[in-house]
Amino acid sequence: MGSEGEVVTKLLPAFERANPGIRVDVQPLPWSAAHEKLLTAFAGDATPDLCQLGNTWIPEFVALRALEPLDARLASSTVDRADFFSGIFDTNVVDGRAYGVPWYVDTRLLFYRRDLTDAAGIHGPPASWADWTRALAAVKARAAPGQYAILLPLNEVEPLLALALSQDDLLLRDGGRYGNFRSAGFRRALGFYVGMFRDGYAPPVTASQMSNVWTEFGRGTFAFYISGPWNIGEFNRRLPASVQDAWETAPLPGPDGPGASTAGGSSLVVFRASPVKDAAWKLIEYLSRADVERSFHALTGDLPPRRSAWSDPALASDAHARAFRDQLERVKPTPKVPEWERIADEMRVVAERAARGLTSVDEAVTELDARADRILEKRRWLLARDGSAR
Amino acid sequence: MAARPRRIGAVKARGAGWWFAAPALCVIAVFFVLPVLAALAMSLTDFDIYALADLSALRIVGLRNYAELLQRPLFWQALGNTLYFVAAGVPLSLALSLGAALLLNSRFARLQPFFRTALFAPVVTTVVAVAVIWRYLLGTRYGVLNYALGALGIPEIDWLGDPRFAMPAIILFAVWKNFGYNMIILLAGLQKIPGDLYEAARIDGASAFAQFRFVTLPMLTPILTIVGILTVAGYFQLFAEPYVMTQGGPLQSTVSVLYFMYEEGFKWWNLGNASAVAFLLFLLIFAVTLVQMRVARRAPGWQ
Amino acid sequence: MTGVANSTRASAPALMPRPAAIVVNGLLAGLAVVALFPLLWMLSVSFMAPGASSVYPPQLLPHEPTLDNYRELFARVGVGRYLANSLLVAVAATALSLFFNVTAGYAFAKLRFAGRDRIFRLMLGALVIPGQVAMVPLFLLLKQLGLVNSYGGVIVPAMASIFGIFLVRQYALSIPDDLLEAARIDGASEWRIFAMVVVPLLKPIVVTLAVFTLLGTWNDFMWPLIVLTDKELYTLPVALAGLSREHVQDNELMMAGSVLTILPVLVVFLVLQRYYIQGLMTGGVKG
Repeated sequence: MGSEGEVVTKLLPAFERANPGIRVDVQPLPWSAAHEKLLTAFAGDATPDLCQLGNTWIPEFVALRALEPLDARLASSTVDRADFFSGIFDTNVVDGRAYGVPWYVDTRLLFYRRDLTDAAGIHGPPASWADWTRALAAVKARAAPGQYAILLPLNEVEPLLALALSQDDLLLRDGGRYGNFRSAGFRRALGFYVGMFRDGYAPPVTASQMSNVWTEFGRGTFAFYISGPWNIGEFNRRLPASVQDAWETAPLPGPDGPGASTAGGSSLVVFRASPVKDAAWKLIEYLSRADVERSFHALTGDLPPRRSAWSDPALASDAHARAFRDQLERVKPTPKVPEWERIADEMRVVAERAARGLTSVDEAVTELDARADRILEKRRWLLARDGSAR
Repeated sequence: MAARPRRIGAVKARGAGWWFAAPALCVIAVFFVLPVLAALAMSLTDFDIYALADLSALRIVGLRNYAELLQRPLFWQALGNTLYFVAAGVPLSLALSLGAALLLNSRFARLQPFFRTALFAPVVTTVVAVAVIWRYLLGTRYGVLNYALGALGIPEIDWLGDPRFAMPAIILFAVWKNFGYNMIILLAGLQKIPGDLYEAARIDGASAFAQFRFVTLPMLTPILTIVGILTVAGYFQLFAEPYVMTQGGPLQSTVSVLYFMYEEGFKWWNLGNASAVAFLLFLLIFAVTLVQMRVARRAPGWQ
Repeated sequence: MTGVANSTRASAPALMPRPAAIVVNGLLAGLAVVALFPLLWMLSVSFMAPGASSVYPPQLLPHEPTLDNYRELFARVGVGRYLANSLLVAVAATALSLFFNVTAGYAFAKLRFAGRDRIFRLMLGALVIPGQVAMVPLFLLLKQLGLVNSYGGVIVPAMASIFGIFLVRQYALSIPDDLLEAARIDGASEWRIFAMVVVPLLKPIVVTLAVFTLLGTWNDFMWPLIVLTDKELYTLPVALAGLSREHVQDNELMMAGSVLTILPVLVVFLVLQRYYIQGLMTGGVKG
């Protein structure tokens, strides 16, 4: 998917040379349609052999019994399980079995204009939510009309998700049978999120309404932005020279200290229906090699999922990547239920309504729980019927 | 003697009739009728992604899908959006089609084949390709529409990003795209009206507007009704425009009933729910069609 | 005066024309501009350099026209493949549907068989059923038949359509019965009668139907979107929709893609518009 789909074709010729007899045919998909396309492929018995899968989708495809368990192959392979960031590898494990090998990691943290915060009298990145609010207020106080302190695009659920994961309450309770959005922790996270809109720190817009996020960040339309690793490269490329040294990354603050973030990224998975699983596994091993990972990182800017790769000079010397290294030790997976993608979508929708002031936080969490409970009904029935955790 | 060949001919024709009609009827039966009936059956189950993997996870739930749908705010919003689209779009489209047809039919019109082709051209185009064009034309900062409006002193409108303007943008687009279709049909209808009726009205001293009201409209009523029915049915099936231009947003203001069905069925794979939505849509179109036909029957001019 | 039926054109009083003519033609010209502007703009932007169209005030014509966008579409995006797919699917569906719909349309018009009229009325009623109702089970049915993710999945359901049968039937009603009876008395088989007598008479509606089906299948979007998962098989509209979600910023590239998608059908339409419009008028009015 995305840029990885375009870049991986460059890595393949070497693999095909080393493995004569194996030809790799790459089919790129846009991220926005990938999830539904893969499900359609599954329904139509037309799945690929090997696939890059967003790791939050793994529980869903496991529930469909579409993926091949990889524990045995991993055990006898050159790929070292322990080297992966534990939070990241964990996203690939469902019911104790591993179904994917992390390919690159993705998480969300703060990108901010250090010059703007300095000018507002804030030194250093915020260390807690209270700190953060102070910083936002200070920046907003100095901002011109039409300028804001932070951009939280309403079409993205990740910022809210990161905030929600930073608190201690689980998002779903009872083994993923019911929504837990009415918990004190989530209320607080949603309240904090909505507050940023209510107090005027964040504009109630979607990413596309910002016309060009990079240009606006360069112009100082907002000082804080929660985004992922790909933007390190994009910012370097697209920001005007005058601001090139004025921005930094920092781990997300949590309610009372350093916060957690989403354990995102993509894994490489093998589909059960594939007739060439061994060949597919060879490709996974190849792509997991340290040198290939290095080339991949150089081409995409995607962050490697293994600790050892981070000592690589290219990464170790990148000041902006350091915050990611730090954050990756504090990433949490989302609930591993097949319905999660859907519940996350409802989260986005309900949060948008709350952010725009159309509902209160109380109404929002109640509504979210109601929707989550409805979505999880089938799961509850199946678990009761089969008497086992899936 | 004369009767015999006739009867044989008739018998041969009857058998052949079936043979000629059968292939098409079979295709329609298997690939349309059967799925429609299956959809009805499916809407009574909770067929979803679990059931797709393992059929034993399927449950017959009767009318529960329908009951749940009627309690979901997004369904009602989709319904509202679609009704808004139909209520605003159909009259606009028909008025434009009728207006254009009257203009083309006028004795003062020149270059008719050219104008007829030009006005019809949008109909022939692919929705996806034109939606892509319109998405850029409607761009907030660099779009031509806002530029033109700016010249008139109207401030920038975020057509596709503002929940108040997204559906109007889609309505404008849909009307632009297919007004030519009805225009042609209405033009044909206008041309079939005998000139003597107009002559007689003119001799009686009727103004142009009166001629329109007492000659044109009544004669057009049957065609207008059919065109109206088909246009309404077509507009209820809004899907491609939101899919390409807005993905149902912003704030789900452009989620149509079919878009909702598509997401339920092919994004989340709740096929039972999706089928229920499709059937509700069918019932709605059916009901509206009946109302339209009843209203038309009362109008003057209906034979 | 150009070729419009004379029935509504009474002789115009010599005094009235000027202001009325200006108004009428002015309005028509205005409408034509509105109708054609997006298409012309699309053509113009497709020849602009990347980024050249995101300027304020918007440009109407390219400063330095370039074929780069088209080159990129064919070389990198592989649009040639999608073009070929669309062509294959449209032509195959049209050829098949001509066979199925014309035979059935003729049967409903001229051949008697049990239940003919009742079935026809039912079919007309079914015109109101949105096709999307059938999509989900149709997808599962095609999966059983192994037709998902293949050209067949798109072509087969399009082989016969109620609208097509309706169109042919309306036209075929005008074939004189005595012609057919005479042929029957001569001992010709029904198939011979159909092939030798009926089809030549149906030529105008056959062309109309061909144009309709060609345009319809070429432009079809929702069904191929669902049924085709392999990008190798995508038709142009599906590929374009995917591209538009991925390359949101690449205005000029998208316009070139749109041109390639629209141009073939526009050309076919311009060449055969007489039949297409005739068909619409026949179908619409007689219905």
